[in-house]
Amino acid sequence: MAMLDVTNLGISFGGLRAVDSFELHIKKGELYGLIGPNGAGKTTVFNMLTGVYKPTDGTIKLDDKNITGMKTTQINQEGIARTFQNIRLFKELSVLDNVKVGLHNGYQYSTITGIFRLPKYRKTEKLMNEKAMELLAVFDLDKEANLLASNLPYGKQRKLEIARALATNPKLLLLDEPAAGMNPNETKELMDTIQLIRDKFDMTILLIEHDMKLVSGICEKLTVLNFGQVLAQGETSEVLNNPEVIKAYLGE
Amino acid sequence: MSFLNYLINGISLGSVYAIIALGYTMVYGIAKMLNFAHGDVIMVGGFVVFTMSSRMGLSPALAVLVSIIVCTVLGITIEKIAYKPLRGASSLAVLITAIGVSYFLQNLALLVFGSDTKLFTSVVKIPAIQFADGQLTITGETIVTIIACIIIMIVLTLFIKKTKAGQAMLAVSEDRGAAELMGVNVNATISLTFAIGSGLAAIAGVLLCSVYPSLNPYTGSMPGIKAFVAAVFGGIGSIPGALIGGVLLGIIEILSKAYISSQLSDAIVFAVLIIVLLVKPTGLLGKKISEKV
Amino acid sequence: MKKLNINKDYLITYGMVVAFYIIMQILQGTGNLSSLFKGLLVPLCVYTIMAVSLNLTVGILGELSLGHAGFMCVGAFSSAFFSMCMKDVISSSLLRFVIAIIISAIVAAFFGIIIGIPVLRLKGDYLAIVTLAFGEIIKNVINILYVGKDGNGLHISTKDSISLGLAEDGKVIINGAQGITGTPNDSTFTIGIILLLVTLFIVLNFMNSRSGRAVMAIRDNRIAAESVGINISKYKLMAFAISASLAGVAGALYAHNLSTLNAMPKNFGYNMSIMILVYVVLGGIGNIRGSIIAATVLTVLPELLRGFSDYRMLIYAIVLIAMMLFNASPKAVEWKEKHSIKRMIASKKQAKEVE
Repeated sequence: MAMLDVTNLGISFGGLRAVDSFELHIKKGELYGLIGPNGAGKTTVFNMLTGVYKPTDGTIKLDDKNITGMKTTQINQEGIARTFQNIRLFKELSVLDNVKVGLHNGYQYSTITGIFRLPKYRKTEKLMNEKAMELLAVFDLDKEANLLASNLPYGKQRKLEIARALATNPKLLLLDEPAAGMNPNETKELMDTIQLIRDKFDMTILLIEHDMKLVSGICEKLTVLNFGQVLAQGETSEVLNNPEVIKAYLGE
Repeated sequence: MSFLNYLINGISLGSVYAIIALGYTMVYGIAKMLNFAHGDVIMVGGFVVFTMSSRMGLSPALAVLVSIIVCTVLGITIEKIAYKPLRGASSLAVLITAIGVSYFLQNLALLVFGSDTKLFTSVVKIPAIQFADGQLTITGETIVTIIACIIIMIVLTLFIKKTKAGQAMLAVSEDRGAAELMGVNVNATISLTFAIGSGLAAIAGVLLCSVYPSLNPYTGSMPGIKAFVAAVFGGIGSIPGALIGGVLLGIIEILSKAYISSQLSDAIVFAVLIIVLLVKPTGLLGKKISEKV
Repeated sequence: MKKLNINKDYLITYGMVVAFYIIMQILQGTGNLSSLFKGLLVPLCVYTIMAVSLNLTVGILGELSLGHAGFMCVGAFSSAFFSMCMKDVISSSLLRFVIAIIISAIVAAFFGIIIGIPVLRLKGDYLAIVTLAFGEIIKNVINILYVGKDGNGLHISTKDSISLGLAEDGKVIINGAQGITGTPNDSTFTIGIILLLVTLFIVLNFMNSRSGRAVMAIRDNRIAAESVGINISKYKLMAFAISASLAGVAGALYAHNLSTLNAMPKNFGYNMSIMILVYVVLGGIGNIRGSIIAATVLTVLPELLRGFSDYRMLIYAIVLIAMMLFNASPKAVEWKEKHSIKRMIASKKQAKEVE
């Protein structure tokens, strides 16, 4: 059984049909790629999956639970976490605090406990710090824990976003162009990290990417989106050799 | 009949608000700042006319002309000295500076003219018109105010639609960076906006003082705030919005003064604003903005 | 490491307040404090509490509020009303004042929540104008409120004191635009400082708690905060209510420092809200200690300028504009960075290393 079941998903903005009859089925533990030319509707799909946009029609099921139309906050609590194409960090917070915000729902104490620094505050904060540092270490960010997030170099900001998403303890992780703006070395490193996450956290990952090297290197399955519609779907090698896909990418 | 009287008074007051709101809305649209000192330019306009006509004996028309020139120059100067250096700074910093300018103008007027309220002689010399055996009276001030407002709206709309400078204003308000790349002189456009806004404030000041003939350094403060409310009400950045917002606000204020409570009229005006914004978060004619994810 | 630094930073803030208190007490004890300055001590506490609490909304939550004085107004009237009712019932003035302060905090928080629910849906300048509107409405409504008390209980009217229909033994407590007369003078500098310290304790600890982090995350990036499961409305409202509640406390302190309390444009209008906002911005948005320093300096400054009598507010305005230009204009910021001492030392070091 699939973990994520998306059937007949569509959205219109005014008269524009941005995504139409979109289907996606991802099994637990899969590393899945969503590709397509610019403006094909990939990020729109992510925005629907995470409740930023409400789909006009279709259903999204996570572990058989219908999450269509839920709010972003709820969907995260149901188990989907994401990163953004244009990095969205909490810039005025430290690297550590960025991850601790991700831990918000996993580690709880009341506001009163926090203001009066009751024993539970100290205990929980300690646990949060440990967990956050552990996550940062995975991304080799532990040494920068006390830096402001905005002072990190670009590549590390992308990693921090992934660490923050993982802190919410998701079932499914959505990565929106994780390699954008990275040089080949950084991309290579990122590929290793993504695979590491999958193995270490037993994570299911769906990613949008333009870098074909990354896609063919780590994704097991692919869906190709073109003009808001699924052009091809299946094993990576098959999809990439599909003449339709090549045509869509290279043009005629 | 009394209702009709109130309604006409409301439209008259609303026209003044609309003229002030135009200044707010243009500056907001183009410089993206809340010019809190705008109301105080109205006060300056009033004082200039007061000095020219009551003290120096100039003819009303000449006094108004001098007032418009003084306020236009004042507007440009304020922009150059206080706001221009802050271009690119946070909007909050600009807001606080505008508040500083407002304090400055108020206290300068306090120093020059004193804190006592002056009796302002109306510049309008047209007699009132009476209908239905004197049950319905339209004062000369009302007629002039409403006509002035209509003329200003038409001229301003034509100016923006038909002239190069007006098109430049539109371009800067859409996208300052892109306008600059297309060769629009952004600094000059912003200066022009302040000039027009402040000139309008002078006219509004004269009209306001002619209808409500008292003048002190704080005269412009509350009408300024109300005009700001009117601008937001109609959709800030929109010129027809300023007109609609201003006139509606004036009518609501006068009617609630007449029928509900004179002490609560401000509260009612503000309450209507809140309700409008809750239903239409960007005002009656405002554009909806959504953030791209 | 960082935690340690933050706590040290906080200690400096608390220490600064305590040191100020001790110095003022010594000056007062040795008779070196002018009566003018003595009269400023409680208002100073009022304004610093206002500034710190507004910084919670503007700096930590990141929303511009122009109606903070409205919450102060609510706190002032609710606490003064309580004190007037209980003047003869609770004999200990300290106990009565403490309860009055708690009431002011609760009532202001309540108003914060009621106003916050609709207002916090709006953004930026729209939120600013609506908070301003609410502040003005509160002031206007209090001005037409008549409340009296007699053997039969409380009587409320919005017309005048006569229509309250009080029995012979009754008395008018809130008398419309005349407000409340005869509030016990329970506010002291010591209580003011304690309240300021409590305010600091609440705000600083809040900032460093799970909820505070959520609030700052929303400020920095609402969409990202949603994506990690933060309940946006809940935390926005929480910060706004705490901020309102502390402004209410400042109002209680203000009300019990005056024998006559009425809501005028000067004390509870948007002018007051703006004055407090000026403290917050000049002290540094999000910088709690800065708010305290700016509020103190800018409250004392006009008094120090009294020698210039007529010119003082004009000078104040010029100083304000100049400070904003120097602090915030991109050119000035660049200039300051170029000429900062730290940088000069660093570049000298570099030059030496090159040699």
